[in-house]
Amino acid sequence: MKVAITSTGNTPESELDQRFGRCECFVIYDTETNSIEFIPNPNKDALEGAGPASVQIVASRGVEKVISGEFGIKVKSLFDSLKIQMIVIKEPEKKIIEIIDMLNKQ
Amino acid sequence: MAPRPCRLRKVSKPPLISGLKPYGDKLKKENVSSIFLFIEEYEAIRLCDHEIMNHKQAANMMDVSRPTLTRIYTAARRKIADALVNGRQIIIEGGKIYFDSEWYQCSNCCCYFNNPGKMDGIKECPLCRSSEFTNVQQPE
Repeated sequence: MKVAITSTGNTPESELDQRFGRCECFVIYDTETNSIEFIPNPNKDALEGAGPASVQIVASRGVEKVISGEFGIKVKSLFDSLKIQMIVIKEPEKKIIEIIDMLNKQ
Repeated sequence: MAPRPCRLRKVSKPPLISGLKPYGDKLKKENVSSIFLFIEEYEAIRLCDHEIMNHKQAANMMDVSRPTLTRIYTAARRKIADALVNGRQIIIEGGKIYFDSEWYQCSNCCCYFNNPGKMDGIKECPLCRSSEFTNVQQPE
């Protein structure tokens, strides 16, 4: 299963980005193959429509879960209709590698 | 000046059916167009006439004002009446809506998560697999 995580940088040591649509980078983590892929977000400076455009990016990778600090109202409804689970973590200093470790437990 | 954008209507769950078809001998198959009933209109009918709420309660449920709810409801009734009288097919789709999903908070790692597959209930936190979580309102 693939999980998307919003990140402030392109290393596993980077912290979780609290915004979804305008995050710095998406991390696509595959729990089966243990592979990590970093995708720079082309919408990070967009004035409008960053959320839906970012949904397109992660949905096209076939993810089943998305982890971020916050989701906007447009994004929430899009993910709901795509049946992708949203996970909100309100801890800005959480590192990507720590989240991956949590997903891997058991 | 551009008009104020319309407020998104909250719909609790998507309709079971995607539409209704008329049948009967006198039905003219040609030149009868279908009617698009918006999902928000379906929801208004469901709340007012199926759950038997008054317009104020229904408006609260859909997160719009009472006059707006009444407008949506009236439009819905007119469309359904048109379909009944003229033998039109009803297609339920579209509308300015968002689906309201249930949110949970994990007691172990404090994360929030929702449950997109409503059919099967949630058993564990998707992050830390703890089975301790509580039902919450949407995280702000």
